[in-house]
Amino acid sequence: MTINDIQDEIVSEFAIFDDWMDKYAYIIELGSEMPSLDNKYQTEDNLIRGCQSKVWFHAEHKDGKVIFEADSDAIITKGIAALLIRVFSNQTAQDIVDSDLHFIDEIGLTQHLSPTRSNGLLSMVKQIKIYALAFSKL
Amino acid sequence: MIDFNKIREDFPILQEKVYGKSLVYLDNGATTQKPKQVIDAITDCYLRYNSNIHRGVHYLSNKATDEHESAREIVRSFIGAASSKEVIFTAGTTESVNLVANSFGEKFISEGDEIIVSEMEHHSNIVPWQLLCERKGAVLKVLPFNEAGELLVEELDSLITEKTKLLCVNHVSNALGTVNPVKEIVEKVRSRGVKVLVDAAQSIQHIKVDVQDIDCDFLVFSAHKLYAPTGVGVLYGKEALLDEMPPWQGGGEMIESVSFEKTTFNELPFKFEAGTPNYVGNIALGAAIKYLEEIGIDNISAYEEDLLSYATEKLTSIPGMRIYGQAKNKASLISFLIDDIHPYDLGTLLDKMGIAVRTGTHCAETVMQHYDIPGTIRASFAFYNTKEEVDILYEGLMKICKIFGKLK
Repeated sequence: MTINDIQDEIVSEFAIFDDWMDKYAYIIELGSEMPSLDNKYQTEDNLIRGCQSKVWFHAEHKDGKVIFEADSDAIITKGIAALLIRVFSNQTAQDIVDSDLHFIDEIGLTQHLSPTRSNGLLSMVKQIKIYALAFSKL
Repeated sequence: MIDFNKIREDFPILQEKVYGKSLVYLDNGATTQKPKQVIDAITDCYLRYNSNIHRGVHYLSNKATDEHESAREIVRSFIGAASSKEVIFTAGTTESVNLVANSFGEKFISEGDEIIVSEMEHHSNIVPWQLLCERKGAVLKVLPFNEAGELLVEELDSLITEKTKLLCVNHVSNALGTVNPVKEIVEKVRSRGVKVLVDAAQSIQHIKVDVQDIDCDFLVFSAHKLYAPTGVGVLYGKEALLDEMPPWQGGGEMIESVSFEKTTFNELPFKFEAGTPNYVGNIALGAAIKYLEEIGIDNISAYEEDLLSYATEKLTSIPGMRIYGQAKNKASLISFLIDDIHPYDLGTLLDKMGIAVRTGTHCAETVMQHYDIPGTIRASFAFYNTKEEVDILYEGLMKICKIFGKLK
């Protein structure tokens, strides 16, 4: 599936929740279901600095695709990371570079995108793009 | 008898809705909301007599100067200072501390001298001292606290040496709520020649603060935590000490005469107030204190104490609740964690329910290091908060526990 197809899929999944609580409960579920990042990747280098929760992102380039893994000590942050991984992992570096992220807005999590919210979402997206850009030059 | 529910009408922002829900504002430790009386004082100044103070010969300037200096007198009387020369307006607690660190530090701290801070200080009462110690080759020492969050005051006996010049301690901890025995601390160190700076940023809005009773050398606080505007703070210092201290920032207002050969400085308190002060803010601080004095600080203390014990009992009944800061003497805030739920997750979900709390380290990382935790949730109460709001917080937390409980 393309990055856009996955984004559309997520948007339609979230459409069934009319209560914000259910939405967050789902994100929390995603966060708790995502496997932990191997300890060897929970390094200072992989740490994305948000003010209140720690997020680690690890990327590998395999068979022309970028594979992302992540972890966070806060479960909501980890759930959002899980959504980002679903969208961006296993895509080509060039597709990631060219992609336009719209699902966050459409599922009503825009508040998390603000650079002042210090939850690391904006930094996570930036880091994903930087990895992809680096791999696209290989 | 004061009708504390009616008081809510004085604070227009409390009628606001967030996400369609009534705002429950429990982040008063970060900043307090402003009553109409304070907002009106600001508007009144801009509408009727705005003019730069201390320099004009004209009517407006004199009126603004009078209002400004009467605000200083209101502050003096509020904290029980001997003279209004001892009340210096600053931009906030942080600037007040930095003023002392630079001015007192310049004159009285030399290589090898020691400064003591407590383990439960806000960063603004640690970092300026670290910078000073670095500049001067002085040594920073730490007064620790116990598991309940109470300072180990008796350790001062061994901590203080003949090199100790200054002790900096908060009156109330912003992260734990502990009310520290500052009067007892001053008594203890006085005979050893140690000066004491008290950070009253978290006490001045909750309990009676009397600088002559405490007998501290310096006391600092911010106006915005005292129902007054941001960008205003106070430095109290004993007159004789302030007199000995050199000016910190240079500029207009703080001078007596200026020439390229020699500049002489204005007298207290103006020596430390370079440039045009935030006179509108300072005047509004006066209005805030007048408002609080009408209600009575003792009445506020009693109401908040009752609210704190209600909230403590209620929150303690939540399974997995851990309250950080269990001192016998506490101001009205509760710092806590539930099980292993990250404070950021708790804060995000409470926000969605219209409940404003603070999450994180509260600019007191050394406190979090003490307990080895990433941070806490802090619910901090003001006299306009109600037991109904505590119930809403409780229900909200129970709801969150349910979501997280399902995961197990």
